[in-house]
Amino acid sequence: MRCRRLISRLGVLLVTLLAGGFLGATLVRFGPGFGTDERELDPRLSAQSIATLRQSRVGDNDLPAFYFRYLTGLIRGDLGVSRSLGRPVTELLGERLPVTLRAIGIGLSAGWVGGLLLALLTHFFRIPAFDFASTVGSGLFLCLPAAVLALLFVYAGAPSPLGIAAVIFPRVFRYARNLFLSAAARPHVTTARAKGLGKIRILLWHILPCIAPELLALLGVSLSVAFTASIPVEAICDSPGIGQLAWQAALARDLPLLTNLTLIVTAVTLVGNLISDWTGGVATGGPA
Amino acid sequence: MSRTRRAATLVLLLLFAGALAADLVARAPYGLQDRDHLSVAPCARFPLGTDELGRDRFSRLVYGSRVSLLLAPAAALLSLVISALMGILAGHWGGWRERTILAGTDLVLSLPWLFLVLTIRALLPLNVSPWLSVVITFALLGMLGWAAAARVIHAGVRSLRSADFVLQARACGCPPRRLMLAHILPNLKPLLFAQFWILVPAFLLSEANLGLLGLGVAEPLPSLGSLLREMENLPALASSPWLLAPAVLLLLVMSCFQVVFSKGESSA
Repeated sequence: MRCRRLISRLGVLLVTLLAGGFLGATLVRFGPGFGTDERELDPRLSAQSIATLRQSRVGDNDLPAFYFRYLTGLIRGDLGVSRSLGRPVTELLGERLPVTLRAIGIGLSAGWVGGLLLALLTHFFRIPAFDFASTVGSGLFLCLPAAVLALLFVYAGAPSPLGIAAVIFPRVFRYARNLFLSAAARPHVTTARAKGLGKIRILLWHILPCIAPELLALLGVSLSVAFTASIPVEAICDSPGIGQLAWQAALARDLPLLTNLTLIVTAVTLVGNLISDWTGGVATGGPA
Repeated sequence: MSRTRRAATLVLLLLFAGALAADLVARAPYGLQDRDHLSVAPCARFPLGTDELGRDRFSRLVYGSRVSLLLAPAAALLSLVISALMGILAGHWGGWRERTILAGTDLVLSLPWLFLVLTIRALLPLNVSPWLSVVITFALLGMLGWAAAARVIHAGVRSLRSADFVLQARACGCPPRRLMLAHILPNLKPLLFAQFWILVPAFLLSEANLGLLGLGVAEPLPSLGSLLREMENLPALASSPWLLAPAVLLLLVMSCFQVVFSKGESSA
């Protein structure tokens, strides 16, 4: 059962990526600047050379052939060449993806640890003033756009991954706090409390197993949130990751680069969601 | 309604009224340059000072809040219409058509939001007139932000589809269109209302992000997002804290939205 669900989810992932590939190819094909080559502006080129250049792009006008070439290129790992930077997209990704993954790793870890810790503290102590302060504090982070948070972090001299953590933290805190509250009101937890079990034992044995699937699902969602936050954070903090690359590509209207970046980030996010769903299913022993 | 919620509603109403009456509230047109008063500190004549082009910051903030506070709801309305159409049709039709619409919704949901917005924004011309840039920015947000709401509305339609009163109406021979318009749609109103008020602050934040990245509303027209760009001058922030005014206003608007609609959000 679990295997069938996994295969079905993998199938959905493949179809989504194929659809995303088609969408990307369509955007590139109909986007501005398609079919132009700035090499044609080189005055040293003869008419024959320009004609040869144009001849090499004739196949691009045939839509199905263009889609096919785009998708087979994707499968082979050939993501084309960035128009604005004049370099292969795979090369740019190789340089910048590790920077973003590192920032997202640190940001996610810090945001999750901070959010969960604060949710646990409010759950354990149940001091109204502390609960109010943590809700207001996290609310302030939710009310500011990621770009402003990044600016404030730059101003404070904090490292850029903390900008991503500031976006993740309030979401994790609010969600986890609500989960803790609803789980604590369940009958089996009340029974455990009535039987005199300690707070930590109740948390570890009765609350956490109940809310683990929801928390793991949030982990998958927070990966997508972190990638989205990486654009303003990296652009503002001048961090050379794919978020900054996407921003530069948008300003330069470099569509091949942008669509490929979107596709790569989508793939990473979908795989992350798949893993978190699967782990959630395994953790509860139910179908993933 | 609690006292805090009432106060937040009042603040929101005042801000929306101020935005609507920008021509009366602002002291000067948003683009008027006073070359004799460049980068002036706050004073009686210029409550938030002037920028490096001599434009009154307070007036620009008032006009900027008009652009953002009126067009974010417009974008939310556009998004809601698309999501309602998708959700209602999918829930009403069922079968392969429902699966196709939901697969499309999932596809849009799985694409990272800001990457998608940047990609589509890059497709459109960047060098456009200020008003066209406003339309492009908010229309883009409206047309791309429908997916999550469509999922929620679809779930609502599905639960209503099997409600007793709908089954009874169907048994009485009520035609599908009437069933949808007279029985299902009126009962979706609270859900649509909640989704609308969830989308408005989300679009305000998205516009602010796009504005700070230089991909939002074009100069000289101000918006809350484009006004935040002055904050990029970090060394000046300590000596000129009034540069934070757009961020403070955005914080105030978003906080009020959170306070007023937090209950609606959780019930939606």
